Amino acid sequence: MAFGDQYSRWRVDRSRVPAACGLSGVISEDGAMIGGDVIIESMKVIHDRGNGLGGGFAGYGIYPRYRDHYALHIMFEDPGGRAACEELLEADLQVQESEEIPTRPGPGIEDAPELRRYFAVPRPEKLAALAIGPDDFMVQLVMRINTTVPGTFVFSSGKNMGVFKAVGFAEDVGEFYRLPDYSGYCWIGHGRFPTNTPGWWGGAHPFNILDWAVVHNGEISSYGINKRYLEMFGYECTLLTDTEVMAYLFDMLVRKHGLPLEVACRVLAAPFWKDIDIEDDPASRALDEALRVVYSSALVNGPFAVIVGFSRGMVGLNDRIKLRPLVAAVKDDLLYISSEESAIRQICPRPDRVWAPNAGQPVIGELKGDV
Amino acid sequence: MAGNMVTSEFLVQVDHERCRKCKRCTLNCGFGVFDFKDRVTADTSKCVACHRCVVFCPEEAITVARNPLAFREHSSWDVDRRKAIWKQAQDSGMLLTGMGNDLPWLNVFDHLLIDACQVTNPSIDPLREPMELRTYLGRRPDRVEVERSDGGFKLDTEVGNIIKLDIPIMFSGMSYGSVSINVHKSLALAAQRLGTVMNTGEGGLHEELYPYGDHIIVQCASGRFGVHSEYLNKGVAVEIKVGQGAKPGIGGHLPGEKIGREVSSTRMIPVGTDALSPAPHHDIYSIEDLRQLIYALKEATGYKPVSVKIATVHNVAAIASGIARAGADIIYLDGFRGGTGASPAVVRDHVGIPLEIALAVVDQQLRSEGIRNWVSIIAAGGIRSSADVAKAIALGADAVGVGTAALIALGCRLCQKCYTGNCSWGIATQRPELVGRLDPDWGAERLVNLINAWSLELKEILGALGVNAVESLRGNRERLRSLGLDEMTTEILDVKPAGR
Ligand code: SF4
Ligand code: SF4
Repeated sequence: MAFGDQYSRWRVDRSRVPAACGLSGVISEDGAMIGGDVIIESMKVIHDRGNGLGGGFAGYGIYPRYRDHYALHIMFEDPGGRAACEELLEADLQVQESEEIPTRPGPGIEDAPELRRYFAVPRPEKLAALAIGPDDFMVQLVMRINTTVPGTFVFSSGKNMGVFKAVGFAEDVGEFYRLPDYSGYCWIGHGRFPTNTPGWWGGAHPFNILDWAVVHNGEISSYGINKRYLEMFGYECTLLTDTEVMAYLFDMLVRKHGLPLEVACRVLAAPFWKDIDIEDDPASRALDEALRVVYSSALVNGPFAVIVGFSRGMVGLNDRIKLRPLVAAVKDDLLYISSEESAIRQICPRPDRVWAPNAGQPVIGELKGDV
Repeated sequence: MAGNMVTSEFLVQVDHERCRKCKRCTLNCGFGVFDFKDRVTADTSKCVACHRCVVFCPEEAITVARNPLAFREHSSWDVDRRKAIWKQAQDSGMLLTGMGNDLPWLNVFDHLLIDACQVTNPSIDPLREPMELRTYLGRRPDRVEVERSDGGFKLDTEVGNIIKLDIPIMFSGMSYGSVSINVHKSLALAAQRLGTVMNTGEGGLHEELYPYGDHIIVQCASGRFGVHSEYLNKGVAVEIKVGQGAKPGIGGHLPGEKIGREVSSTRMIPVGTDALSPAPHHDIYSIEDLRQLIYALKEATGYKPVSVKIATVHNVAAIASGIARAGADIIYLDGFRGGTGASPAVVRDHVGIPLEIALAVVDQQLRSEGIRNWVSIIAAGGIRSSADVAKAIALGADAVGVGTAALIALGCRLCQKCYTGNCSWGIATQRPELVGRLDPDWGAERLVNLINAWSLELKEILGALGVNAVESLRGNRERLRSLGLDEMTTEILDVKPAGR
């Protein structure tokens, strides 16, 4: 890539915005359906962790009718964007259905862009021509739309899942998108507290690519190198947000490099050398050493707590010295992860167990069967 | 006609009131300035301002001052230029010099500022929390494959031969011959204690230092001095020296007077013969030849990592990419401020480009080709402080090499007369009475002190940046800002200007 491109990018683009936040997530490992109102309830309690400048949710299992289609949620801020974007979609995808995303305009949510969703699959001849799989194809398409079509932003691109986000407090965003009308086996939610005004709906969380949806509280101090590392593997970090980096790292490590989720978490929040050096099991020591040596640029350093949704579950993870809060709880087949215990107790007053996960120790909830 | 039109640079004054005629100065000056006839006399024309006499005079009776001789000012004909012409008109020949480029070229490091955390993310106190500097060098795979095995996971990827360093700082190559055996001993001892490596330079490795092999990178340069199978296998890695920052494109010449018995047997050349390093390797006339040598050395060493050292010249990014593709595991970039025992001044001062810029473009080039994992980058030739270390790492270096700074720790005063072999500090000399002045234990302690101090400072910088591992700074140009650099240089460095 030419240096000039990079240079002009930061000159014209939004600059990175530090943010603090509140997060919450719930999954039924049995695949029982949970209404969208539940996650809104939970987010209400941690209202003060956001400042009304960004809120959002991701629900999994919400589009069973189109479970094999990529569900693209797209916002159009530019009147010309929709035509240009739909032309691209039409060329590359077989679009099964295209509709407005149902909303209920209410207090606290203003200046909504046009919001549409498309259920589609890549055209087989396109895949054959490029000799790539459908997931890679979709990643490229999303990046192309987001970087080239003016005022147009694909904010959700997974299957049987959807991201809903806006500028506003989380609970208002949930009502705006009529989340109580949906049900899914897993929900994550986010309220944002950016330290200056982005005023852009795309900047809210969750950040999504394919089935990955990331809600994140923290600031990634290693952002610069994580981004340059991802670029080497073809990921373009267009939003200049920390969260984007987190989503792409998960996508690369788990989907492309085939690492088990637990192992990917040991890359992102790597154990300290002092602990690796005294591991008893030589196999596990060798693995940890190799991970740190090979993936040193993927270590995510700085304070963070994330909840990452994926096609079969969700994972909560803290940075390696736990500089941001994260609490987990279980009740029967339900796993809850949140910034605060109160947000869990609001929707699950008497959990079987509540605990604070250790630094760098992932908490994973996964579907046991099919849904 | 006057014998020498070049006036003295320094004046040596002895306060005869204070002098108690111990004659220590006459012994200490490596350059033969002092004589004793009833009282100490000084031939100031020979003085190089190495300060040995000043430091060792028990009565503080000696002062060395710049010769205040007035020259009519002329902005294009500064005094050094006039002196150069007088010297060359007198002796013909190239002007030799030692140490690194001393012209006031822009120093890019001094125009880069480091970030720190405030409010939105916490800084980390390195005195309370672990702060990791451990660094690995060498080629690594692009990904790790993992197998599930009874309840856990097992590594299913060969990571290959890599070198572990406890700190991202190593000692640069300085050959035995250009420096004394006691310098090599000091470096080897210090490298061992610090958990890092020294580099032999091109003059082979004295047998006494074989036990330190785990902390030594052995060099194979164009003269092949001291290169034999045992030597190659003593170190943790082999370095092919193609070029040196202080004299890119230039060979080396160690005069016969410095080739005593020990140097002779280490270098495997007869006593008293000049050691001439050809400008190019005569078996490397192109990149495919380099590949052959890289693999020959790998075969000879059971596939230890091979480093290729180059001077930072204009086209350094493309060259580095070729080196990575030729199979090197480490690329050692030696900037145009790098030191030397001897170089033509014209080459030292005018050939090559700054390390900072070379480092930035090499790292970016390797990334845009997707091959950054194939090699580690060492940045050397201009590293003066822990701040430079941090900045070099942020620009993309895996580790840095220090040479001049190490010598200064050992007493070097940067008099730049290394090529004379008279170094009063026992560093750049083979004269036994001078070599003996440098005690390796003392030297090692000074080096360990220095590098430990830098490591502490580096940890403090990392903590302020809110990260607790050096890899989170490595290549993280987001945490650098430029100040007072032109727009194009800022763009090439791929950093933002302060305020953005
Ligand atoms: S060369 Fe060094 S020791 Fe000799 S007089 Fe000058 S400063 Fe003193
Ligand atoms: S090594 Fe010795 S001769 Fe060379 S600059 Fe330093 S003090 Fe002078």
